[in-house]
Amino acid sequence: MTGELLGIIQLTVLVALAATLVMLPPGVALAWWLARSRSPLTSIVETLVTLPLVLPPVATGYLLLRLLGRRGLLGGVIDRIGVDVIFTWRALVIAMVVMGLPLVVRAARAGFEQGTRRFEQMAETLGAGPLRVFFTISLPLARRSVLAGALLGFSRALGEFGASIVVAGSIPGETRTVSLAMYGFLETGRDGDAMRLVAVSLVIALAAVWLSNRLVREGA
Amino acid sequence: MRSRPLWAPLLVAGLTVACGPGACAFGVDHSAQPPGGPLRVSAAVSLTDALTPVARKWEAVGNVHVELNFAASNVLARQILEGAPVDVFISADEAQMNRLVEAGAAGRADVTPLLTNQLVVVTPAGRPLSGTLPSALADAAVKRIAMGDPQGVPAGVYAKAWLESAGLWRQVEPKIVPSNSVRAALAAVDSANADAGIVYGTDAKGHAGVTIAYEVPLADAPPIVYPVGVIAKSPHPDLARLFVAYLQTTPARTVFADAGFVVHDTANAR
Repeated sequence: MTGELLGIIQLTVLVALAATLVMLPPGVALAWWLARSRSPLTSIVETLVTLPLVLPPVATGYLLLRLLGRRGLLGGVIDRIGVDVIFTWRALVIAMVVMGLPLVVRAARAGFEQGTRRFEQMAETLGAGPLRVFFTISLPLARRSVLAGALLGFSRALGEFGASIVVAGSIPGETRTVSLAMYGFLETGRDGDAMRLVAVSLVIALAAVWLSNRLVREGA
Repeated sequence: MRSRPLWAPLLVAGLTVACGPGACAFGVDHSAQPPGGPLRVSAAVSLTDALTPVARKWEAVGNVHVELNFAASNVLARQILEGAPVDVFISADEAQMNRLVEAGAAGRADVTPLLTNQLVVVTPAGRPLSGTLPSALADAAVKRIAMGDPQGVPAGVYAKAWLESAGLWRQVEPKIVPSNSVRAALAAVDSANADAGIVYGTDAKGHAGVTIAYEVPLADAPPIVYPVGVIAKSPHPDLARLFVAYLQTTPARTVFADAGFVVHDTANAR
């Protein structure tokens, strides 16, 4: 394995980890809210969050580009702050978060719906505030589902392609992840290197699916 | 309460069975085509605007329908090497055509230089660079430069060769946003997400969203020659050669010249 390939794998894992850390807090919060709230808003929010799972990833990327690009809706604001987003690792993280969030929300929500409401009510009657209930009862009881969701979100981030190539490009050393590099290698006739990355992806995917299944099964 | 009609899923199942592998009983009827067609032409994406009217002109004089497939030449070359059904290939560089010739996918005698193009530096409309080009590309104010992937996309390979000879490659390389075709690079400049781009003059010409800030003198860059070749596995090679010959006739040459291409004077009759 050459230094170039190791660099690509390292970059991919680091950015995907960062994306997973970013998507977990809002993902868990949304999952909890969706599991507990009776608000008519839940179905709208749920649909919006799930959308990137169903929409073609390139379409998601294009919408993000129209939002974050220099001539996009938020582009002026971003420009004034002086932060470069499009074609940087930041855009890559954003694309991964948007694509991975639905998986975190769906998995975590299942955990919050496992009939743990009774324990929460017990804590509440004993005088615990909602935050304390969440962190000492709800979250620990749903931890396996949350972990499974994080793992799925991480795997999704690792393999993200369609949205990434639109908003982050495929810049060597900055935004060229395993998927983007694989495609680039195929296009430039570097089949051997593409195959090496395929092998690495296969190992990571197998490990992630196995771990995720184990977490879900033992959590049930 | 009425039950759902039973025939609907059955009909779907029937249609699925009718469309087995290879042929579909309900598919498009090609029998209306003139014999031998359609002709499948894979061409460099920079030819999109020029080749499309040329193909329609060719059809207008009673010839078979031409199916055009545009992508970066390296992508097309790969598709052909993997067995894509293509009759004619027009590459934006000789390297990709040579790949096919060396693999036996195109006969050397069936390859002709057709057109020449020029590199230009473009900037988003209304966002000019300060400083003189091309050296301004190295300035810190220029953060992102879009161009074809220098590892394979011809426009990027040419741009890299030019930047190297201009002594700018080292400073410019970290800013490059490599795209998988010259059109993608143009789009990145158009949306102002890249500060500048290096594309073909023909792509930039008449594109409202970008301004041509610098034309690379022909002598400073490697010659950008577009060869055309007939693919060896073409089911109708004679028709393919006829189309290649048509590309070198006056009606076709006029369209190419209008688009900004330099037309080669090798209208040698076969």
